[in-house]
Amino acid sequence: MATLRVLSPFLFVLSTVTLLWTQSGECNNGRRSGDAVDTDFSGFSVPLEHSFEVDDVPKFRLRGALQFRDGRENGVYLSQNQLSEKDRSALKDVAAVDGLYRIRVPRVSLQVDRQTERQSEGYLTTFVRACSLVESHLSDVITLHTDVSGYIIGISIVTVPGSCHGIEVEDEVDLEVFNTTISVVAPVTAPAPETAPYIERMEQEMEKKGKNPQEQKSFFAKYWYLILGGAVFLMATSSAQTPPGGAREQS
Amino acid sequence: MAWLVVRLAISVSLLYTASAVFEDQVGKFDWRQQFIGKVRFALFDTHSQASKKLLVATDKNVFASLNSRTGDLFWRHVDKTGPEGHIDVLLMYGQDAVVVVGNGRLLRSWETTVGGLKWETVLDTGSFQAAAFVGVQDLVKYVAVLKKSAISLHDLSSGSQIWVENLPDSDNVQYQTIYSGGNGLVFVFGVVPNSHIVIVEYKIEDGEIMNKKSVEAAWMSSLESSCTVIGSGVLLCVDQITQSLYTLQLQSAEQTEMRQIHLQTLDLEVASGFQPVLTSTQPNPAQPPLSEFFLQLSPEHHLLLQLKDGLIAPLRDFNPSYLAAFATSGERTVAAVMSPKNDTACSINLFSADTGRRHLDTTIIYHMDPNGGKPNRLYVHAFLKKDDSVGYRVMVQTEDLTLTFLQQPGRVVWMREEALADVVTMEMVDLPFTGTQAELEGEFGKKAAIQDGLLPMVLKRLSSQFILLQAWLAHLWKLFYDARKPRSSVKNEVTIDTLSRDEFNLQKMMVMVTASGKLFGIDSKSGTILWKQYLENIQPNSVFKLIVQRTTAHFPHPPQCTLLIKSKDTGLGSLYVFNPIFGKKSQISVPALPRPVLQTLLLPVIDQDYAKVLLLIDDQYKVTAFPSTKNVLQQLQDSASSIFFYLVDSSQGKLSGFRLRKDLSTELIWEVAIPTEVQKIVAVKGKRANEHVHSQGRVMGDRSVLYKYLNPNLLAVITESTDTHQERSFVGIFLIDGVTGRSVHEAVQRKARGPVHFVHSENWMVYVYWNSKFRRNEFSVLELFEGAELYNSTVFSSLDRPHPPQVLQQSYIFPAPISTLEATLTEKGITSRHLLVGLPSGNILSLPKMFLDPRRPEVVSEQSREENLIPYAPEMPIREEWFVNYNQTVSRVRGIHTAPSGLESTCLVVAYGLDIYQTRVFPSKQFDVLKDDYDYVLISSVLFGLFFATMISKRLAEVKLLNRAWR
Repeated sequence: MATLRVLSPFLFVLSTVTLLWTQSGECNNGRRSGDAVDTDFSGFSVPLEHSFEVDDVPKFRLRGALQFRDGRENGVYLSQNQLSEKDRSALKDVAAVDGLYRIRVPRVSLQVDRQTERQSEGYLTTFVRACSLVESHLSDVITLHTDVSGYIIGISIVTVPGSCHGIEVEDEVDLEVFNTTISVVAPVTAPAPETAPYIERMEQEMEKKGKNPQEQKSFFAKYWYLILGGAVFLMATSSAQTPPGGAREQS
Repeated sequence: MAWLVVRLAISVSLLYTASAVFEDQVGKFDWRQQFIGKVRFALFDTHSQASKKLLVATDKNVFASLNSRTGDLFWRHVDKTGPEGHIDVLLMYGQDAVVVVGNGRLLRSWETTVGGLKWETVLDTGSFQAAAFVGVQDLVKYVAVLKKSAISLHDLSSGSQIWVENLPDSDNVQYQTIYSGGNGLVFVFGVVPNSHIVIVEYKIEDGEIMNKKSVEAAWMSSLESSCTVIGSGVLLCVDQITQSLYTLQLQSAEQTEMRQIHLQTLDLEVASGFQPVLTSTQPNPAQPPLSEFFLQLSPEHHLLLQLKDGLIAPLRDFNPSYLAAFATSGERTVAAVMSPKNDTACSINLFSADTGRRHLDTTIIYHMDPNGGKPNRLYVHAFLKKDDSVGYRVMVQTEDLTLTFLQQPGRVVWMREEALADVVTMEMVDLPFTGTQAELEGEFGKKAAIQDGLLPMVLKRLSSQFILLQAWLAHLWKLFYDARKPRSSVKNEVTIDTLSRDEFNLQKMMVMVTASGKLFGIDSKSGTILWKQYLENIQPNSVFKLIVQRTTAHFPHPPQCTLLIKSKDTGLGSLYVFNPIFGKKSQISVPALPRPVLQTLLLPVIDQDYAKVLLLIDDQYKVTAFPSTKNVLQQLQDSASSIFFYLVDSSQGKLSGFRLRKDLSTELIWEVAIPTEVQKIVAVKGKRANEHVHSQGRVMGDRSVLYKYLNPNLLAVITESTDTHQERSFVGIFLIDGVTGRSVHEAVQRKARGPVHFVHSENWMVYVYWNSKFRRNEFSVLELFEGAELYNSTVFSSLDRPHPPQVLQQSYIFPAPISTLEATLTEKGITSRHLLVGLPSGNILSLPKMFLDPRRPEVVSEQSREENLIPYAPEMPIREEWFVNYNQTVSRVRGIHTAPSGLESTCLVVAYGLDIYQTRVFPSKQFDVLKDDYDYVLISSVLFGLFFATMISKRLAEVKLLNRAWR
């Protein structure tokens, strides 16, 4: 149990590291393959809108702007305003009736050369329960998912923690500023069957086998003395046991 | 040393998973049924009197020989699917059957006794029009094949081409039919629609054109459907508009135009809107056809007519009559006509062809199945009896693709349900309890029982226990009685009345839905068809979805299945509700579906009659509930905010999520759009609702636990790239949460192409794709883990699971193509899983999931050995002992259905395609059952022996003690 507890923070770190790695790793892949020659996210911005209504009919308002820049590790930056007094109370009201907090972004491509044709109609929307947003003190994680060619195909939002327990939140302190982690995730390349390392390993095994011929000895050749010893021991014990039994029978 | 360990680990793991059928187990719990499809050509072997052969060619590109006494297959050849293997025509002469395949691509001759190929010739290109035998001096020597622009003559014994000639003016003239009367000439008929007919005569020896003439026929649009050759070379045509018959002497120089005979002069009239049909017969291809022919004037009106001295005279009028056919035995040709008798039966009678006189005592009564379709084809097998009178048998094909073989006076010799060659979807339903078990259940089920009071309850209890005892004794007696009889004579006749659940729930009802719209209820133990129901007016390419709304567990409510039938063109759907055990249509009122149905959702919410609620979403995103009682609507209102569903629009690449509102309308809550320019969605699959996962995590080598990411709402979305270039094509895998629309994992398999087959279950997903670079099939497995700690171990909510799962993936080479993929399913999910892979060879491979584990290590370590992980090897093995169907191959396997049984170790498997195969698989061996060859005698004799030995030795010891005391 103790080991489990010790291990868990370590694993958490590990998982975040892999997450970062996948992002940078994808960039490399994108450059390597022919279809995505130019993955530079030069500076342009896309509006991020949100909606929270008590009657649950979405009315989207501007929340902030997503700015895509090249050269950065993450490539995306969210600039957003504080929530106004009115918004804060509205959010709390929505949370009280277990309404939804929705966000949306337009469907765009993150590639510069496709910016001209980025007027593809429609939005990508997602939601989170308003109460969990309130209870997490506006700390949310927004992820933009792109496809292989850099189109945004989906957006997701989660709050940390994600639960709703009905905890009272002091609006002035906690509901002013969004504490947002934003990232862009591109698809990872699924592994193909790894034949090369396997063959390499096989060759190594063969080499090893060739080097020390003792390995090739058969089971009997290696342990003959143990088997022989065992057999002798067995014979000795069985022959030693018979006389007393026979003697008792006779008495 | 390490290498030895690797090998040892592999062999141990193989030992552990080896699962083959022993020879004496063959057929014990598995069965296979072979089908052929809808018959297009059927010919009886009239070569010899004793012949039992019936040759058939079907729309499934199957060419087979049936035993006409039993209906079993002698042999069967399954050709390629699609137009490439399409059988254009089937001709038979003597022992030879000549087949043209693939729109005139191949000409084949088959030996009919054993089904061996005699010869095969590749024909010149050109679309096939007709083929006929050509005879010279009473012997059939050649076969002529007519293509769009050429005619070729082939030798019947070797297939070698004698000659090939281009047809004159084939750009304008549509050559359609061919005729030879055994006089050294081949006639080819062509038509220029609404203008004239072209007749070309070829000499058989060298293909020289002997004569060519064109005859005015302004009324004619197609030769094939309206013309035939009768008598000694008279072309006979019929036209609906002019209400006339036309005749033309083929070999007379003076007749230059067709002679018109008004049907009115014969007191006849064609039913309006009906294209009249002429049927003639040519018993011997080397001789001219008979001068008698059938004329069909309306769907239920046939006439037998005769051409004599240039005049047409009616021999007999069959009104009403459904079907008519000629048959020949020896020198005598007869005509069989099917006429309606009453509402449920038809009578078939035999008439002599040359006079139209009825043969006495030749009536066959054909009883129509009230749950079946109308008869639409009649095939007659005539034979000479010992007293030289003509006897006959008939094969009737109905709309629902039932083949019935009848003999006088109406005995059904055999029956084949060819609709089963095209199963679309199926379910397995538990059988109900027996009457006595139900009685016992009923005691507690009835509400009235509570008011009865104590004493009547006790009495009832006792009486039902007594009934149970009685049944048990009867069962024992039957066992004892059967045990004395030899095994082969014990036949457990399964009928609908004797159906009952067995101890381990191994016997189930297979409800199968076929493409023709016929439903079947099949006993899974024996393969007997227990009920069938033909749904009329089903459009040819409908989509079916079968839903089990109420299982058998809710006695006294009958089980209930609902079939959603959706037309592919209009999207309009209809519901058919039935009892899956008896096949009877339910009386429950079904909601009308005026708008196209986009999605269905079976909720775990049940109404007061224990039927699960089915939600149907139409194209305006309005929801219809079925059943929609007040109780259900109330429950839906209460839980509306937690009912989510998703829609997929693959044409726009859009996935959208909706939430139910209290007034049964819906609101859009998430949207994911995958641009269609790059990739298109080919498949979306959730997890199976009846799947159980036993353990929440995996114990690792260091004794820590890796928890599985078990999201029941997870959708696997598979896309294929629009770019099909082998370097740039890819397959996309998206794992999307169906409630929040959150993309849990996104991956691209580069240089890959479809068709993708995949299974999505538990915390893993396995998919198969074609690697276009290396040109091979590859398996890939994805597993999702939460990590070493669960976020919330008590309940899973898609709304509250902020951390993305860890995804592990590994790929393997699979050395065979794949037709279909499915995973085994067991009652509690304790048994290890196997993947069932349907191979095009017809085998079903049971592949342990253990081999598809992304945690298979590259290098063996102490920990991986502890975990029983097999070291990574890029190639997936295929072992013959993993074929669950040994030599019982399933042709063109299209789907595999798995269902849990009452035994945790056992999973029921049904593979369907052209054939149906049912078996049981034991992924972790039969750990909860004694083996078949368990030695009861030995173990009981040892037990008894030991028991008596202790008794005796105890006695002896006592005696000895007593003796010692006396000493």
